[in-house]
Amino acid sequence: MDHVTGLRCRECGRRFPAEALHVCDFCFGPLEVAYDYERIAATVSRQRIADGPRSIWRYRDLLPVADAAPVDLGAGFTPLVRAERLAAELGLGELWIKDDTANPTGSFKDRVVSVALTKARQLGFKVAACASTGNLANSVAAHAARAGMASVVLIPHDLEAAKVTMTAVYGGTVVAVRGTYDDVNRLCAELTSEHPSWAFVNVNVRTYYAEGSKTLAFEIAEQLGWEAPDHVVVPIASGSQLTKVAKGFAELGKVGLLEGEPAVRVSGAQAAGCAPVATAFADGADDIRPVRPHTIAKSLSIGNPADGWYALSAIRSSGGACAAVTDDEIIEGIRLLARTEGIFAETAGGVTIATLAKLAAAGQVRRDERVVALVTGHGLKTVEALTGIVGPSATIEPTLAAFDAAVPDAAAQQPTGPSGGPSNEEPSR
Amino acid sequence: MSVSVRVPTQLRTLTAGAGEVPVEGATVGEALEALDAACPGMAERLFDESGNLRRFVNVFLAEEDVRFLDGLDTPVADGQTVSIVPAVAGG
Repeated sequence: MDHVTGLRCRECGRRFPAEALHVCDFCFGPLEVAYDYERIAATVSRQRIADGPRSIWRYRDLLPVADAAPVDLGAGFTPLVRAERLAAELGLGELWIKDDTANPTGSFKDRVVSVALTKARQLGFKVAACASTGNLANSVAAHAARAGMASVVLIPHDLEAAKVTMTAVYGGTVVAVRGTYDDVNRLCAELTSEHPSWAFVNVNVRTYYAEGSKTLAFEIAEQLGWEAPDHVVVPIASGSQLTKVAKGFAELGKVGLLEGEPAVRVSGAQAAGCAPVATAFADGADDIRPVRPHTIAKSLSIGNPADGWYALSAIRSSGGACAAVTDDEIIEGIRLLARTEGIFAETAGGVTIATLAKLAAAGQVRRDERVVALVTGHGLKTVEALTGIVGPSATIEPTLAAFDAAVPDAAAQQPTGPSGGPSNEEPSR
Repeated sequence: MSVSVRVPTQLRTLTAGAGEVPVEGATVGEALEALDAACPGMAERLFDESGNLRRFVNVFLAEEDVRFLDGLDTPVADGQTVSIVPAVAGG
């Protein structure tokens, strides 16, 4: 049994039943799932979670749908990795990477889609649809296949090749739209009115979908031994993930899984070529002005972010910061994370790491804080960003002499920094 | 100017179910005022107390968000389409 009492408008408070609704039909505000937190507090426990599956569904008491057999490819419970070498490079103390590249389709979107399609199936939908910058497309197509549902995925026409292939292989309908993501999104918002029998995961079932991102906060706290971090750095596209990570930490306090509501600073990361939230933060503005994106970080290329205002509010109210980084800095961020920690992130992960570096240099992420950076997608999805930048050190004939000529002193190629080997503070996985 | 206003599901209780309403107006703002005249109750749903578009209402002229144009003052040409689209979508 779930613990949902209905849906509630974040803006005007009007209440709605727990159906496929995402927008208040009076003021157009976003709908939020309302829970009976007293009942959750009476049910949930650290032990009950530990006894659950090694996936997001271990937190089912705090998710908006209960199903003994959810639509599941194993999303979540990804590694939380202590990043000592990266911390040393950035002048930070205790730094962790939440490595969501390890999800079934290689990004955090598996968390939200598993929740969305489980709810959609319960509501009787047979078709899963979405507007996507790529990661969501991969995940919707895969989870729809898993659930035996049809899928209709709309993407901008200029996505990275891997993201297109990783969507099309599952056999659903994939429509490339000549336009930006914002154009695709608007088309889907209108299509939702015309195809009410389709579950658009980030439109008419978005209320449930977005809740899946709370599991990032739940896992981080559990993997830190049921303690909250001091500071998390989260990439911003629509702003939904950041908003829900903040909500997730708050809920852990509310239901007694953490003692008291934790004070977690939440900071946002954007690409300079698409930085409507970072710009509003820097200007001290209250309204998010839409922009036309132009960056290699296509998965963050939302010029008109639906939850931008809420993300900005969460950043400000938590004492966090928000910054934007250039395409060159994004590439350096990808390479820095790979070189220091052995994690290959997509461009959005480069945005997170480069922003972390920038905020650390500015003293806004501090050495005395326990910091977690969210790396939300796998580098194999965006190899184009590194074309001509990384490649073989040498191309040689298969002879010893050629090797010695090309690699004069192989032993000198050791990287510097803290030595390898397992840390004493490795997480539970 | 004769323009057509596309209306999302959430507002179709005010249009007797119609997804598109023909109106007259020289600007986007005038077209939306005419929509309110034709379908009373529309204005309080689209505008806040100070008369600005609500935070979660996006308005497009043809394919362009009016915030990239002159907002409600954007002139419309005969036969163009104004679309009202809920902002909460995507990501």
